[in-house]
Amino acid sequence: MKERKIFENIRRQILVVDDEEINRLILGNILSIDYDVIYASDGKEALEQMHQNKDMLSLVLLDLMMPEISGLEVLKILKDDSELSNIPVIVATVDKKSEIESLNLGAVDFIPKPYPEAGVIYARVKRTIELFEDKNIIDYTERDQLTKLYNKEYFFKYALSLDKHNKEQSTDAIILDIRHFHIIMERFGRDYGNQILINIAEYLKNKMINMGGMVCRKESDTFLLYVPHIDDIDSFYNEISNMSEFEWSKDSKIKFRMGVYPNAPKDLDIEVRFDRAKMAADSNRRNESINISLYDDKLREKELYEEGLIDEFPRALKNKEFKVYYQPKYNIQGESPVLSSAEALVRWIHPTLGMVSPGVFIPLLENKGLIEELDKYVWKEVGRQIRKWKDELNVTIPVSVNVSRIDMYDHNLANIFENIIKENNISHNEFILEMTESAYTEDSDNIIMTVNNLRKLGYKVEMDDFGTGYSSLSMISRLPIDCIKLDMIFIRNAFLERVDTKMVEIIIDIASYLKVPVIAEGVETKEQVEVLKKLGCDIVQGFYFSKPLPPEEFEIKIIKK
Amino acid sequence: MMTIDNLKKFGANTTEGLGRCLNNEMLYLRLVGKFLEDTNIYGLKDAVLNNDLDQAFEKAHALKGVLSNLALSPLTEIMVELTENLRNRKAMDYMPLIENYLTKLEELKSYNN
Repeated sequence: MKERKIFENIRRQILVVDDEEINRLILGNILSIDYDVIYASDGKEALEQMHQNKDMLSLVLLDLMMPEISGLEVLKILKDDSELSNIPVIVATVDKKSEIESLNLGAVDFIPKPYPEAGVIYARVKRTIELFEDKNIIDYTERDQLTKLYNKEYFFKYALSLDKHNKEQSTDAIILDIRHFHIIMERFGRDYGNQILINIAEYLKNKMINMGGMVCRKESDTFLLYVPHIDDIDSFYNEISNMSEFEWSKDSKIKFRMGVYPNAPKDLDIEVRFDRAKMAADSNRRNESINISLYDDKLREKELYEEGLIDEFPRALKNKEFKVYYQPKYNIQGESPVLSSAEALVRWIHPTLGMVSPGVFIPLLENKGLIEELDKYVWKEVGRQIRKWKDELNVTIPVSVNVSRIDMYDHNLANIFENIIKENNISHNEFILEMTESAYTEDSDNIIMTVNNLRKLGYKVEMDDFGTGYSSLSMISRLPIDCIKLDMIFIRNAFLERVDTKMVEIIIDIASYLKVPVIAEGVETKEQVEVLKKLGCDIVQGFYFSKPLPPEEFEIKIIKK
Repeated sequence: MMTIDNLKKFGANTTEGLGRCLNNEMLYLRLVGKFLEDTNIYGLKDAVLNNDLDQAFEKAHALKGVLSNLALSPLTEIMVELTENLRNRKAMDYMPLIENYLTKLEELKSYNN
């Protein structure tokens, strides 16, 4: 055992208790070769010594027959003293009757008097210490030190043995964690955070005892519950949320997030059952209003589907399964709308799955760090397309491309764009860059510097999804941008049942203050176009004019028209 | 002078006694020396004279433990007999046994001179 090796070189301490000095010296002589020996000459002194050395003592050798407090009385006192009861005691005695009594009182072994030969005493002492340390190591590793709950290894082990004895009982695998626990830690300190965890652990432990389930702390603020199937999971969640017996000393609200795999099949690996509960919880990570997420097979299918897409991404890129579509943008300020430019949007035409939604694969590629590759692919395609339209149709159509936040950290970014411009012999203002607003809010200084450099080279930068990020007004005023793209959510909200364009007006005002045009995205009706025109919106993009089209169709339906 | 040979002459089981001291002769002889200074026997005698058999038993029991550990057999034998009778609080004259013990003890002490 690994722990044993660590302990091997430490000299343990033994307390020898006997009222006769000669006996103490005989034992001390034998034991002091390998142990530190301390002595007590009566029961009272023995108890004092034990209290003083409770963290160090590995063993007590106790004479039974002593004046005043006898050895048996010492054993009785130890049995009820939680601080000392885990120190093993070997009794030394002459008579058989006391042996039995002392073993019943918790002594682990005895040595007779007169003492047996030294080797026997030595071996018994050594063995007793080893046994107790192993037992303590098991106690130690079995439990989470903070909350005293099982740790997850033992939890899984016990969950399996629970399964064995209750084959017919359907059980739920539940994962429970605290929302924004790190903020609680930050605000109120580690001690307070730990106290919360201890209280929750205590509460969950009692609750699980009542329900016939079990609980462990997986890590930090995450608990796992394995419990007979709960019909009314909402009430269960509410009970935990309302733990009224907790006396929070700070005015902080604890909110839980729960993932449940109800009736998790027992032939499934126990850890997988909890992985799926976690998968359920994670599926609503961003939605703070959903506290309970149930696992079902659809979720798993989704996960598998997504994993499959990731696996296939390199092949798809190589086989040119990604197609760039173009959605026209029209200037609406004149008599009739005029085509001003287009936005390049990527589509995945999967050989067996058909069209995969960009709403699915783009966040996926972003999460896996693969979006850069796709972005670069799209940029190159767009450069070629602009050139192609120039050559074949003799038209110049500026196209905007999406630049992901992660692209902004590529020191080579400007070079990549410059190469595209040169290779295709197009001008800078034909190759427009769209950056999402939220990219600016994180690490804004660096981003602003990068954008400034690109603009110096002659690129136009459009701020995408404007209004959905968290830019402060002071930040907006110093943003290096050439255009604001109004997120389609504003258009949608402005034209619900009642037309309310307040927000749109504010953003158009901001744009005019910054002296940049506004592009409205997601425009779907004639009414919307009319209202936006009246409000001073310059450019409109959306299904009202055209959905995104492959280049061949774009040529026929848009350019030639 | 107290020596292992003298202890043997006295009748002690020195092999056993030394064994408990990991064959450390110095320690064994030192412990025997300590025993010779022990005053429990006089406490035992007083207790018997005062007819305090509880106290007498405690003293005898303690002495028996030490004697047997040191393997001082002639003294141990007497003390075992005393202890067992005292354990049962037997109404008897304990003085002959005590006198006998004291004689033997003097014999052992004489090696010291």
